[in-house]
Amino acid sequence: MSNIREINVSEITEAVASMCIEVNHNLSEDMRCALDDAFNRESSELGKQILDQLKQNLVIAKEEMIPICQDTGMAVVFMEIGQEVHFTDGNLEDAINEGVRKGYVEGYLRKSVVDDPIIRNNTKDNIPAVIHYSIVPGDKVKITISPKGFGSENMSKVYMLKPADGIEGVKNAILSAVKDAGPNACPPMVIGVGIGGTFEKCALMSKHALTRKTGTHSDVPYIKELEEEMLEKINALEIGPAGLGGSVTALAVNIERYPTHIAGLPVAVNICCHVNRHIERII
Amino acid sequence: MTKNITVPMDDNTKHELNAGDYVYLTGTIYTARDAAHKRMQESLDNGESLPIDIKDQIIYYMGPSPAREGKVIGSAGPTTAGRMDKYTPGLLDMGLGAMIGKGKRTQAVMDAIVRNKSVYFAAVGGAGALLSKSIIKSEVVAYDDLGTEAIRKLEVKDFPVIVVADSKGSCLYK
Repeated sequence: MSNIREINVSEITEAVASMCIEVNHNLSEDMRCALDDAFNRESSELGKQILDQLKQNLVIAKEEMIPICQDTGMAVVFMEIGQEVHFTDGNLEDAINEGVRKGYVEGYLRKSVVDDPIIRNNTKDNIPAVIHYSIVPGDKVKITISPKGFGSENMSKVYMLKPADGIEGVKNAILSAVKDAGPNACPPMVIGVGIGGTFEKCALMSKHALTRKTGTHSDVPYIKELEEEMLEKINALEIGPAGLGGSVTALAVNIERYPTHIAGLPVAVNICCHVNRHIERII
Repeated sequence: MTKNITVPMDDNTKHELNAGDYVYLTGTIYTARDAAHKRMQESLDNGESLPIDIKDQIIYYMGPSPAREGKVIGSAGPTTAGRMDKYTPGLLDMGLGAMIGKGKRTQAVMDAIVRNKSVYFAAVGGAGALLSKSIIKSEVVAYDDLGTEAIRKLEVKDFPVIVVADSKGSCLYK
């Protein structure tokens, strides 16, 4: 029993609250660099003007504490919990939601969650969050928060391809989702892709892929090549910043993959706008 | 072409706007997004009048984040216009002047824009902090219970938009 580490759930609440506020005002350094790089690469004059607005927007957001985007999202929380951890003094899920509530209410963030997909009453505190748990070795807790705006979420897709479709099928699926998204998803976009697993597993991987540090690649050589090739192909679509034409349509393509069934080739494409917010903290 | 115009605008001003123009708007606009459109449509279906006179006015598809103390408004960028497409042709036929949003519209909306000599502007999505600086006054005028989705009357000064679809049928999106 000596290995068990106790963590009071109030510590989780406080961390989640401050992370929600931070992530909505201050875009992470990797995304900031990706936008700077996009500005330097963009060939269209209007595209450059839009990217310049986006850069100015980040400065104003940080300095004046105005959210980067008014859609401060539905909070997606990934919890990686070390198996030696024991949470005390309350229910973990309640503690996470309390953190999201506190962050969104005290941080002047928009309340964008409705209580039921059909009845649609705003919960007025942006909870519940969407929480994904995984149990990992060790005695730490890693919290990753990624508030997801729905302009881009609505353009995301799951394709249940056939094994015979192969890698060409995957490429077509990604390109087709990005083409359909066009200006709606607030390009330049970040594209999260999940390949393999089951219907829900590939969707979850595509979401998780968006939390990866922009500019880094998969450890799997052929996946890394696919990421690079797809980024090039997507930019060749010339959807451009704000969908008004230009050479920068996406900032990154992040792909995760998992074993799958002999009969299947699931592919999920989770599209994110240029405000790809993600923040991590280890407790 | 860069233009500065006062809103609401007259038919001549609208007619002279072309897809691709970069325009700074100064004057009064109204916000409405999904829930407000749904409620307006329900009013119309019941034979009731709308809570605001939309004749010649501009609707900005936007739901802001809350204002901090001493501020006019929070972050205030456009939302995806396509979700309002179901309601838009009817509003345009009733005299709605123009719209500000982002993203593609249906053919029915594009036809209604031409039929009514209207304009669809895009503001840059995801630049809500920057855009909030061009809003100098904000007041909820209807549907207060909808929170961020309430109808707001905004006073804007040099609010930057791009003409996406003009009254002649040109559209900037491919």
